[in-house]
Amino acid sequence: MSSNAPPAAATAPAVISVRSLRKTYASGFEALKGIDLDIRRGEIFALLGPNGAGKTTLISIICGIVRATSGTVTVDSHDIVGGWRAARSQIGLVPQELTIDTFDTVRATAGFSRGLFGKRASPAHIEKVLRDLSLWDKRDSKVMTLSGGMKRRVLIAKALAHEPRILFLDEPTAGVDVELRRDMWDLVRALRASGVTIILTTHYIAEAEEMADRIGVVNRGELVVVEDKAELMRKLGRKQLILQLPARLEHIPDALAAYRLELSADGSELTYTYDTQSERTGITSLLDALAEAGIGFRDLRTQESSLEDIFVNLVRDQP
Amino acid sequence: MNLHAVRAIYVSEMARTFRTLLQSIASPVISTSLYFVVFGGAIGSRMPEIDGVAYGAFIVPGLVMLLLLTESISNASFGIYFPKFVGTIYELLSAPVSALEIVLGFVGAAATKSIILGLIVLLTANLFVPLHIAHPLVMVLFLVLTSVTFSLFGFIIGIWADGFEKLMVVPMLIVMPLTFLGGSFYSIQVLPPFWQTVTLFNPVVYLVNGFRWSFFGIADVHVGHSLAMTFAFLGICLAIVTWIFKTGYRLKA
Ligand SMILES: Nc1ncnc2c1ncn2[C@@H]1O[C@H](COP(=O)(O)OP(=O)(O)OP(=O)(O)O)[C@@H](O)[C@H]1O
Ligand SMILES: [Mg+2]
Repeated sequence: MSSNAPPAAATAPAVISVRSLRKTYASGFEALKGIDLDIRRGEIFALLGPNGAGKTTLISIICGIVRATSGTVTVDSHDIVGGWRAARSQIGLVPQELTIDTFDTVRATAGFSRGLFGKRASPAHIEKVLRDLSLWDKRDSKVMTLSGGMKRRVLIAKALAHEPRILFLDEPTAGVDVELRRDMWDLVRALRASGVTIILTTHYIAEAEEMADRIGVVNRGELVVVEDKAELMRKLGRKQLILQLPARLEHIPDALAAYRLELSADGSELTYTYDTQSERTGITSLLDALAEAGIGFRDLRTQESSLEDIFVNLVRDQP
Repeated sequence: MNLHAVRAIYVSEMARTFRTLLQSIASPVISTSLYFVVFGGAIGSRMPEIDGVAYGAFIVPGLVMLLLLTESISNASFGIYFPKFVGTIYELLSAPVSALEIVLGFVGAAATKSIILGLIVLLTANLFVPLHIAHPLVMVLFLVLTSVTFSLFGFIIGIWADGFEKLMVVPMLIVMPLTFLGGSFYSIQVLPPFWQTVTLFNPVVYLVNGFRWSFFGIADVHVGHSLAMTFAFLGICLAIVTWIFKTGYRLKA
């Protein structure tokens, strides 16, 4: 875990600042409902969220592919509208979809991307990127002859071809095998070590847990939480005590309010969340209080709440 | 100015042309030759001279114009439609390239291809009818202006089109008729006065006649009008392209 500690630059000014960002698509659908977010220079930031949450929309606005309806974004203090050229030069984007010109060769398409971003041709740099992504053997193959995972590598190579200072990875591990995933994370760590800021989106909590310095959760166009991973991990230390009731409970008696119990939808289970790290778990007094309130239980079990649960709760609690 | 980007787009578009070199060059050369065999040879031998120019030679500028128009439009429209269609447009939109740089790359490549094809067809025509070019510089000027203008027009169509049908419909339903009715194969003086006036609203008339003047020194409209009309159309296309990138029309959600 120590290898994932935030870099020393964590307190440096934000490299990306998003303020009151809203997006309403032409269809009338409001995909982003006022996002405020600061990305710190040199960190790995994971954007988590269910399908349709607005992750790709947010990334697309920062990268200049989608227009914001209102709000501002600055990249390295360049406004993405007023200072678009300076802002975009620093960014590399690996899109979610496998969109790539399949008639080009691997080397040509990477070289194209480098030129597009205003960099002088550099066969040496392209070779390095292709080697890092195990694509060197395929350098003269047409993209259409490659497998899906290989195509994703090519997309990453294109994004890295112009030596970006900020890298967006939109669901980089969708449809990718274990080996490539490992290669990819090695590469991401190496990039961060060289000072590149990385923003990735994912559906997999484990992935965010493994890679990120900080995690942001998006749901229905809103940023529900932004926190250091360590902080979220601390929440992972919580446990839950689940009591199965012999009879259905309509509501939790007021006398038990202090325990912040959760009643399952069908009224047959009570859940008590406690902190294993604290000295007193409160279990004994809870059981006493339950007996006093005349609530018995058939069975009980405990479980650890995972980041997954935290995520699911955050997402579910939204109106 | 991001010249590296202009170059990258231009080179990649030209590479697309060379990948399909045979279709790119063979089909226009063959179809032009067929026009010569039919119009120049079979029919032309029975046609009188027009203003002292043999019919076979008279139609050469019109044929080259027909080729420039259709090739410029189809190349440029496909060039920008394809990235939109497969989604690779994301890279253009996220790159530090301005509208001008994108247009220079795409339209430059499409126009280059048209000019090369135009010259090849002229050489082919020379095999059928001996050609003498009276005003070579004006000829080159019209060749380049027409290629650039209609590549821009094709670029606009490529952005506007949201399906392959739309990509085809403008060249087929508008450009072909305008070219055929624009005096490519006849002098508009053979038309009744009323239709002559109507024809003067057809922009292709000015292109064909300007181009023809550069060959033979004869034309139905003054070469100055021809140049003015070509520049006017170029200006209109430039204005539309500027508007497209300002508003993100059909490019950005
Ligand atoms: N061009 C568009 N026009 C209209 N609605 C759109 C458009 N693009 C996206 N949306 C809608 O905006 C919402 C957010 O989409 P977005 O792609 O940002 O989600 P996401 O978080 O990336 O989802 P996923 O995890 O599935 O990739 C979705 O409801 C989607 O249907
Ligand atoms: Mg997405």
